[in-house]
Amino acid sequence: MGRQLLINDLDKEGIATLAGYKANGGYAALEKALKMKPEEVVSEVQKSGLRGRGGAGFPTGMKWSFIAKPPGVPRYLVCNADESEPGTFKDRYLMQRKPHILIEGMIISSFALGANTSYIYIRGEMMYQFHILEKAIQEAYDAGYLGKNILGTGYDLDLYVHCGAGAYICGEETGLIESLEGKRGNPRIKPPFPAVKGVWQCPTVVNNVETLAAVVPIINMTGDEYAKIGIGKSTGTKLISASGHINKPGVYEIELGVPVEEFIYSDVYCGGIKNGKKMKAVVAGGSSVPILPTELILKTAKGEPRLMSYESLNDGGFISGTMLGSGGFIVMDEDTSVVKNLWNFTRFYHHESCGQCSPCREGTGWMEKILHKFLDGHATVKDIDLLWDIQSKIDSRTICPLGEAAAWPVASTIRHFRSEFEEYINKGEGFKDVKHYFRVNNLQPA
Amino acid sequence: MAEIKPIKFSDDALALSHKIMKRYPEGKQKSAILPVLHLAQAEFGGWLSAPVMDYVASLLSIQPVEVYEVASFYSMYNLKPVGKCVIEVCRTGPCWLMGAEDLVKFIEKKLNIKEGQTTADGMFTLKTVECLASCGTAPMMQIGEAYHENLTFEKCSGILDEYKAKGENVSHWRKERITNHSDIKQ
Repeated sequence: MGRQLLINDLDKEGIATLAGYKANGGYAALEKALKMKPEEVVSEVQKSGLRGRGGAGFPTGMKWSFIAKPPGVPRYLVCNADESEPGTFKDRYLMQRKPHILIEGMIISSFALGANTSYIYIRGEMMYQFHILEKAIQEAYDAGYLGKNILGTGYDLDLYVHCGAGAYICGEETGLIESLEGKRGNPRIKPPFPAVKGVWQCPTVVNNVETLAAVVPIINMTGDEYAKIGIGKSTGTKLISASGHINKPGVYEIELGVPVEEFIYSDVYCGGIKNGKKMKAVVAGGSSVPILPTELILKTAKGEPRLMSYESLNDGGFISGTMLGSGGFIVMDEDTSVVKNLWNFTRFYHHESCGQCSPCREGTGWMEKILHKFLDGHATVKDIDLLWDIQSKIDSRTICPLGEAAAWPVASTIRHFRSEFEEYINKGEGFKDVKHYFRVNNLQPA
Repeated sequence: MAEIKPIKFSDDALALSHKIMKRYPEGKQKSAILPVLHLAQAEFGGWLSAPVMDYVASLLSIQPVEVYEVASFYSMYNLKPVGKCVIEVCRTGPCWLMGAEDLVKFIEKKLNIKEGQTTADGMFTLKTVECLASCGTAPMMQIGEAYHENLTFEKCSGILDEYKAKGENVSHWRKERITNHSDIKQ
């Protein structure tokens, strides 16, 4: 196990409370940051090479540097805690067990951005964590870390939790902003970007929970030291949510650059495939990223070992690579039907499409229907081509990335598992009503 | 004739909704709509009727249609009456891999209802929902605030029996939590 900066001390007593968090070094970064100039804090984050942990991987320091500073206009920091990408559960895990690291990270980040009011937008379903955060924020107010004149520095900040109500699209930053304004979560056309016109038309930065939490160790250890962890432009540590057919599902903090093979098979991490089965495929970064078969997740097309980093997972582009995304690592064993898995994902995107853009609104539903034809045994070879055609016409033709998120799983499943679609066609109704976890090759007619 | 109760928040809920509204800048009280609708759902039997939504609109000084369009967008708001206890089974990706489909069938059989329906005694409503960020502990279901994880048929059955024995209303925003918010600074 490499270095851990975020979840290293979860076993410490009372770490979820302010007293326990402080006893383990908490709020030292805040005291340090408030003695710096805001632009020095931004500079440390830039030096750290920290990239957005929500999925897009955009450099955080650069995002912060874009914030507009018109005089007299308030600026806002909004934490994206609308964790809804299938396969991802790290933010919920962190907020529940160590809420103060998020709060400390938010105070430092708000100070750096010059925000005097900040919000945590949490999923409505996570009411339990909502109350944990409310309690932790109250403790922070009582300790003088929030409110007026924080630690006597003259800096004021109010921090509130805002709950959503069940909509994947509100994890997209402009959808989230619309939702925070009390509207349907329809993403906005960019530009203007939130850094110029965000919530209530004021300059706004939206950052993921893990991103803001990572600001704490960056300030503690300096950006330069943080940048030494990891590999290349994938600096620091990353929380990986591991799920599916593995022996030890859960949240793991890795130093970026761990080999994928080690991550899956080492007992320190996933502990190998459940029930002694073989691995069939992995979705490495949440449901939106391309699915890869075993041979391509373990090694790149060039034959090099694949690493858990932004660059290595992306090696080969969309032909033979994938993305680190949100770190939602879903492992499927040899008995899994990837066609049915794709139907499940596509149904999800259809359900969650906000309906603004016709390629996504119509395309996701159309693809779901076609995939249902495969499952029912009524599909023909033309349907594979039709699926390919539809996904290619959704990709890059929508306001927000939900279009791509819906298109990429379809493209990659066809690209890497075309023969399985053909098997569904050949066996016809023989596949109907068969349990998904039987390997399609071995299926007996129902 | 049944007594028609006027639609009005309890004093606790009303005080809390005013505190929530103060969390947003002057003139931006519409932002409080999602939390206040959660409160309304907890106050009025787990679902949002048109008169309840109209009441929320009046609290926030916005048009009723602004509430309707929001309430119909988000999946946590029930626009039809539901049972005392809404069972929300995650059906997405990893939960599906780990047997969510079978779990839904099991609950359907146990309660003798189909997905989306409510039991005849008004105790349970069964819903399937999208990823609840509990993929490492799949399959799972949410009832009110609580996540029930790593479910087996037996475990699930026992949990439902417990809720039935208690016979209480369960909502996402638990009423007993409401008073805990009274100290939040504004």
